[in-house]
Formats: sequence, structure tokens, C-alpha cells
Amino acid sequence: MVADLVRLKLTLLRNSLRRSTGQLIGLILGGLYGLGVLGFLTVGLVLLGTADPHLIRSVLVIGGSAAVLGWMVIPVAAAGIDMTLDPARFVTFAVPMRQLLAGLTLGGLLGVPGVVTLVAALTQTATWIRYPAAAVVAPVCGLLAVVLCVVASRLVTTAISALAGTRRFKDVSGIVTIIPLVLLGPIIGGITAGFQNSPDFAVVLADVLAWTPLGALWAVPADIALGNSLQALLHFLVGVASIVLCLWLWSASLGRALVTPAYNSVTRKSGGNLGWFGRLPATPSAAVAARSLTYWVRDPRYSASLLTVPLIAVVLYFSGSQADSLAAFNFVGPITAFLLVWSISADISYDNTAFWLHLSTGVSGRADRAGRAGGLLLFGVPLALVFTVVPLVITGSLEHLPVMLGLSAGLLLTGTGLSSVVSARYTYNVPLPGESPFRTPPGTNFAMFGIQFVGWLVLLALALPEILLAVAYFITGNALFGWLSLAAGIALGAAALVLGIRVGGRWYDTRGPELLQAVSVNK
Amino acid sequence: MSSQLPPPTDPPPAHRPEAVALSLRGLAKRFGSKIAVNGISLDVPAGSFYGLVGPNGAGKTTTLSMATGLLRPDFGQALVHGVDVWRSPLEAKRLLGILPDGVRLFDRLTGEQLVSYAGLLRGMDRSVVAGRVQDLLRALDLAGDAGTLVVDYSAGMTKKIALASALIHAPRLLVLDEPFESVDPVSAANIRDILKSYVASGGTVIVSSHVMDLVQRVCDHVAVIAAGTVLAAGTVDEVRGNGSLEDRFVELVGGRSTAEGLSWLRTS
Repeated sequence: MVADLVRLKLTLLRNSLRRSTGQLIGLILGGLYGLGVLGFLTVGLVLLGTADPHLIRSVLVIGGSAAVLGWMVIPVAAAGIDMTLDPARFVTFAVPMRQLLAGLTLGGLLGVPGVVTLVAALTQTATWIRYPAAAVVAPVCGLLAVVLCVVASRLVTTAISALAGTRRFKDVSGIVTIIPLVLLGPIIGGITAGFQNSPDFAVVLADVLAWTPLGALWAVPADIALGNSLQALLHFLVGVASIVLCLWLWSASLGRALVTPAYNSVTRKSGGNLGWFGRLPATPSAAVAARSLTYWVRDPRYSASLLTVPLIAVVLYFSGSQADSLAAFNFVGPITAFLLVWSISADISYDNTAFWLHLSTGVSGRADRAGRAGGLLLFGVPLALVFTVVPLVITGSLEHLPVMLGLSAGLLLTGTGLSSVVSARYTYNVPLPGESPFRTPPGTNFAMFGIQFVGWLVLLALALPEILLAVAYFITGNALFGWLSLAAGIALGAAALVLGIRVGGRWYDTRGPELLQAVSVNK
Repeated sequence: MSSQLPPPTDPPPAHRPEAVALSLRGLAKRFGSKIAVNGISLDVPAGSFYGLVGPNGAGKTTTLSMATGLLRPDFGQALVHGVDVWRSPLEAKRLLGILPDGVRLFDRLTGEQLVSYAGLLRGMDRSVVAGRVQDLLRALDLAGDAGTLVVDYSAGMTKKIALASALIHAPRLLVLDEPFESVDPVSAANIRDILKSYVASGGTVIVSSHVMDLVQRVCDHVAVIAAGTVLAAGTVDEVRGNGSLEDRFVELVGGRSTAEGLSWLRTS
């Protein structure tokens, strides 16, 4: 049975690879990346062996704790990062609980992160090779720690999947989890500052972590090497108890999940409120704009990117204030504009097969393009304006306003035009409607990053006049260049926008059915 | 209730009873090495309730997609009331209302918003759209859920709201792929009534289905498709002869296997 579950996972993997070479490339790239990380870790762990045992202890406990934490948190952030062995799919089979648990645990190890963690945990032995007693214990504790990683991660995903049955929970959790991810920079900055301010910080942190489930097992070999047998035993007990507790909780929640099919409670609402459709004029392009605006709020895939905008401002402010220079913070406006416009470059991919409605109603390419661009600009223009002006007011450098407005306007308008062309021409695998905004079908990343990267270069090239004028302004300090940049941003941006909508519209008109077919591959 | 629906605009002239609503000429489509549709020619008379039946994977959906401008055919022609779908798509799409199968909807809109969207995309007047949306939602028994997001609808409700989106512009030809799938019996009966009165007022309906009973009951014409070719086409009575449509279908398509191999399944 356990072997069957493992074989099932391997078969699923093999079949998905057979279906698309893109996915194979993705796996190879992921594998290479994992190999790189592994090589780095192995060398690091071996070299670490020559260091002072107290330092080894701090590094292993903190690093190991981070690994366990990562196993628990990342699947939540990426909701359903790998649900090939989703317990919900076993609801109809009578698999004995013990074997299901063992099979799912082993299945969780199959994959790049699992292999990397496992090998790294075993390589720990090499680190302790100078301390024979510790070297004997290290592989055992390493294995147990890996089991803890998988079991804890499975516990979290199972517990979440019980909650995640409702659409609203999925929508909200998908968006909310990016907040800590985006703020990771400042958090790491804070921890780094802690290290810098007090050399004992790492020791204290490691001591605390060693008593938690996260770090207990990683501390055992170090305790033995340092001759604290009693402490080693206690830490070992904490670690084993954590595994047992996680297993017990996991089997309990799995047992519940297996008998409780996902249920979505919905309150019926009668109509009468057309939202944006009632507020915008009754033309095809205004209807497309109204639909886009509605989606920016209601579809987590869009609202997540909307949420990153203020977070970027926060990150830039903090990193700037730590570096005592808020120069980068002044550029929040142009950065906002850049992020916003790029988010509609995959609009039709995001529509997925719902795009048939546009196709069957015969809405013209120009109306479709103009509607999507208009929907974005309706809130993008005021947003970019606020994000351009407010940082300048905060840093007291309002004299830069013309040049910053020029850059924002240039990027916003030009980028919207470019996105209008790109989304009519290229489609790629994006998170499906209703999926977590961070779930990307593996392997397609490559083509997607290729298009995105080239797109960014083209956007920068198209906005080059404004950018060069801005550079001239900052070098010479001559206000005239600032005003010229503003004029160029508005005039060239508007021209690029009109042109983009026309070219994109023509492409859309000739390739409509092909676009629909391209997006229906990914469903 | 069906009287609330707008009659099809510009009904076909009565002096041309032979008028053809949809004419397929040698439509063919290949996906990789698999030939999904192998040169289908069909004439759907105006004012008929036409059933398209065939086993799973027969090419029904592919044929209907090519006939309605969603999938570009490799060969052949599709004419809607004489308008070539692939040469003058805009004109043809004005005459067509379609309900594709196995596609998504803009499901983060409410039901009311989605149907309004379909109307507005076609450039219809706001007040006309508003009136028809109310009529359609009431006729399809969705008025109580008009403000619920379509993503929270059940499968049957989703079918019904998609049907409403197909009807909003009062097309002359309705092409419905599996319209009764997962729809409850009461709603299915309501939909049948709506479609029948639509046909009675001069509209044409094409439905695909693999429920023979239903096709025999509601359709006046039928075409049997298997492996991408038409096996039989004509009025239901012509096609079925003396037996039931289901027997005739099985006879044409073949592939019935006896249950002898499953002797262990007998519980006694």
C-alpha cells in the first residue's frame, strides 16, 4: 500500500512530464537549482566542521529550524504547491490510516525540496566527524528531523485544506499570506541588525530554538559534542515528542478530512446591484472596463498584485531609512506604474476559457483592448499620482515632482499600450481562475519569464526618452529637463497607448480563435 | 413564462420554408495525429429543433465550436443563414447565440452582471439589456440568486446562467452544447418550454446531447455523429424508423458489450 502511494506519485509526475516538455524543462531547472543549493549546503556543512563547536551548534540549530519552518509555511503561502497526493482525493478509497500516513510522508519526500532536505540533514554527519559520539547520533537525528519536516508540513496542509473548502477562505488566505513574504526583507533586515548589535544574539536564539520543536533535533549532536548528555537527551525527547504530536494531530485531521467533503456555504443574494456595469457607459469597451475593475477587486489573482503595490512602498521606505538614504523611496511612483501595467500583460491567459464570451459576442479587438486598458487606467492613474506625490512630500523633495511624474506617466501609459499588444499575442500558463495567485504550473515559468523579461526590456526601450531626460535632470540639476521628461512621458505615453490598443486590437481580431485554443490547453 | 422572452429578431420569411439556418460544408479538424472531425456536411432547416447525438469523443463539441466561430476549421465552411462564419464573423455572430460545453465563465461576476455583460459586449442598449436580464433570470428561476457570484453557483445554475447569456440578444440560431447536463428536472422542463416557444416563433435550436430519450422527445430533426462523421441525419422519424432512437443509435454506432464478463459483480 505504502509502495503503491509512492508509485502513484511517481506515475503522476511521469505522466505530467510526458504531457508537456515545458514541465520537463521546469523539473530539470528545479533539479539543477536544487543540486546547486545542495552542493552549496554540502560544502558549507563540511567546512563548518572545522569551526568552533559552539558556532556549529548555533548555525545548525538556526538553519535547521528555518528548514522546518519553511516546510510548514511555504505550502500555505503557495496553497496547494503540490497536492498530487491531496488527502481529499483518497476520500473514496478505504486506505488504512497507518499506511496512508506512511505513504503520504514518503510521497512528501519525493521531489526536489524533499531530496535536498534529506541529503543535507544526513550530510550533518560530516560536520560532526571530529566528534565520534555526535557523528553517530547526527544521522539519526537528521532523519528524524526530516520526518518532522514532512509530517509538520502535511499537518499544516491537511488542517488548512479542511478550512480551505470555502472559496472565501481560499481567496483571502491567498492574498494575506503574501504580506509576510513581501515584508521578508525588512524582517531579515531586523534579524541581521540583531546579529550585528549583539554577538551573542545567535547563541541566545539557538538556545531558545533548541527547546522548541523546530530546533530540538538539530541541537542533539551539538549537545553530545559539547558533553551535555542530559541536555542532549531532553532535546531528543522534545524532538521525538514533537513528531509524535504532529503525527497524532495529522492523523486526527486527516481522519476528519476523509469523512468531511468540502462544503461551500453560500448565502443567496438577489440582484439589483450591477456595480461598475451600472456606473460606466453602456458600450462594449466600457463593459470590458467594468468587468476588469470588478476583477481587480474580486479575483485574488488581480487583487494580490494590487496589494503588493503599497507593500513595495513600505519595503522601500524601511530599507531606505535603514540605509539612511530615501532616494529609492522617491521612485515609488514609477515603480508602482511599472508593476501595475505589467499585471494586465497576461489578461487573456487569466480569463482562461471564459474568453469565449468575448469571442462569441464578436466584440472588436479595439474595444476589448481599450476596455482592459481603460479599466486599469481608471484606478491606475490616480494611484500612480498618489504614489508619486506622497513619497516626495514625505522626503521633502517636491522639486523632483515634474521628473517623477514624467517617469510615472511614461511607464504607465507606454506600459499599458505594450501590455495591450502582449496579451493579445502571447498566452502562458498562469494560475487558473479560483486558484492561489502564487500557484504557477511548474515548467511553464521558463517561457513566461522569457516573455516577461523581453517585455520589460521593450518597455524600458520605449520609455527611453523619458528615462534619458530624467538622467539628464539628475546629472545637471537643470529643472528644464524635468519638465521635458514630463512632457515626453505624457505625449509619448499617450501615443504608445493608442498605438498599442490598435496593434493589439488588430492582432486580437485575426487571432481570436487561436487565443481561445491557446488558453484552453491550460485548464 | 416563456412569453417574457423576446422573440427572435427578423424571423425567416414564411415564403421560404426550405430556408437553412445552419449549413456545414465539409468541416474538418485535426488535432495532432487525431482527426477529430472528418468532413462533416449538415443542413439545419430554419425553425427546426435539431438534435446532435453521438458517443463520447464523437466530435460533437469540435463541430459545434467550428460552426460557431470558436475554433478555426482546417477545411470546410459554416454558414449561418447564408453568412459565412469564418469570412464575416461579426455578421454571423449577431445571428448566433451559443452555449459551449466545458468552458469557464467570468465567474467572479454575479449572475446578473454576467448576463448584462454579455448584452453590453454586443453593444446593446442599457435599458433593453436591463429589461431582458430581469426576464431571463425570472424565466430560468435564477432571480433569487441574481446577486450571488457565479463561482458559487451549482453546476445546473451555471448552465442556466450561461444559457441566459446566450439568449440576451435574441439570436436567430441557438447552438447549445449539452444544455441539460446537470440541470434539475424542473429547470430542464422550463428550459424545454422556453426553447420550444422560441422555435415556434421562428427561431432555430441545435442541441447536442447523449440522452437519446430527451432528443427523441424534444427534437424534430436529428443527426447521429460518430468518429467525426455523420452516420445519419434527417427528421427524428426518418432516422429512427420503427424502433426507438436509442436502439437505432446503438445499431448505427455499435460498441455494445454484454455484461457476461462481470459475473463476480452479482451480489447474490
